[in-house]
Parts: sequence; structure tokens; C-alpha cells
Amino acid sequence: MKLRVNPILCDGYGHCAELLPELVELDEWGYPIMPREPVSRSLEPAVRHAVKMCPRLALSLEKRAR
Amino acid sequence: MRSLNNPIIWYLMRGSGVVTLILFTVVVVLGIATTRRFRTARLPRFVTLGLHRSISLLAVVFLGIHIATALADSYAKVSLAQALLPLPSAKYGLWLGMGALSLDLLAAVIVTSLLRHRMSQRVWKSVHWLAYASWPLAFAHSVGIGTDKAAGWFLDTGVACAGLIAVTLVWRLLALRNPYPKYLGTAS
Repeated sequence: MKLRVNPILCDGYGHCAELLPELVELDEWGYPIMPREPVSRSLEPAVRHAVKMCPRLALSLEKRAR
Repeated sequence: MRSLNNPIIWYLMRGSGVVTLILFTVVVVLGIATTRRFRTARLPRFVTLGLHRSISLLAVVFLGIHIATALADSYAKVSLAQALLPLPSAKYGLWLGMGALSLDLLAAVIVTSLLRHRMSQRVWKSVHWLAYASWPLAFAHSVGIGTDKAAGWFLDTGVACAGLIAVTLVWRLLALRNPYPKYLGTAS
């Protein structure tokens, strides 16, 4: 499972970096930098919560890493 | 619906109405504060949004109690149609209809928010803006219907609610003038 962000929808609210400090960092303009590695199984519930909480619905947890 | 002639129902209706107004105000204030331009290290923003969502659920519960008791009470004499549709009422003038209209707008906001993951963000957002019409209607309904109008605590509550909304709105409109604030970092 891989965490992805739709850069067109993302508006830099920064909720994902607050909810997933282990995975997401913000760049200097406040936009998220996604992790390269697949999401570990133990973090999956937290990631699903963050996907739900995104104010722009720009996050997604995808099965296959592209 | 069978009418209940019990003063407790009447008091429950008034009390739940005031509590709904306060909770609705807090939800709107938190909603206004949910903006990309609001960044502080002290209050993480997922807290603002999380509270916005959970308090709105609480407000819906109290609104349900308010409407159910208004329908059940024999003294209030509110029909189901009057509770759901903006109809004129001999007893309450336009004030009851304002509450009903506020409810209808709120219903649209709630339904679209529950289905947010299944619709376009633009549609969701434009419907969500109806909250700005629903709150003033709810406020007018509470103040205008006048059961507790003479009570000082009720006026204080009304002034506090309206003031809180006004201050947050002004703050947000001022923040809008600075679309790219300096990034202050997350709370971690």
C-alpha cells in the first residue's frame, strides 16, 4: 500500500503532516512530501484516518505502487 | 403525533433549543477557522477540524431533541409540516418557519458532508456554504420566537454567539488578504 497525494487537489492545509509525522514532511511552502516506501501494516489505520481527514480529499492509499 | 401535556417536555424543548444554538455557533466558528491560512504551532489544525466534525454530531443530537419535543408538546402546537417546511404560523409568525428553513439548509449540508467522498469537492463546498445562511436563520428563530426573550441570560447568550461569529469572520477575512503566510511548522 502506498500513500499518494493528488497535487492538483492539495491546497497545503498540512493536516497530513500533523497526523502522520512519521511519513509526511512539509516543504517550505507547506505542501506535503510523500514517503517513497510503501506504508507499513502497523501504520495503515493511522493512514486511513489521515486520508479521511484531508480537507481537500487529496490523499489516497493505493494498493499498487506505481 | 400524540400530544403530551407535560411541562418537562416544554422545558426540554426550550433548553435543547438554546444548547443547539450554542453548539451550532461553535461548529460554525470552528468551520470558519478551518482555513489553509491559519497556522499556529500551539493548536494543531486537525484538532480544529476534528472538533468541527464531532461537535456538529453533538449539535444534531440536540437539534433532534429540540424538534422531537416541539412536536410532542401540546402547548407548543407545532405540526410536522411546520417543523420541516417554512410555513407561516398563526402562533409564531415567521419565526417558526425560519427555524424550519434553517433545518432544511442544514440537512443539505449534513447529507452532502456524509457523502463527501462520493461527490465533487466543488459541489460539496458550494452546498457547505449554505451553513452561512442556516446559522442566521437559526439565530433569528431563537431570538425572534421570544419564549425566553425577557431573560437576561438568554440575551447574553445571543449576543455572545453573534459576537463570536462576527469576530471569527472578520479575522478570516483579514487573513484572506495575506494568502501566503510564513510557514510556522507543525506542532510536533
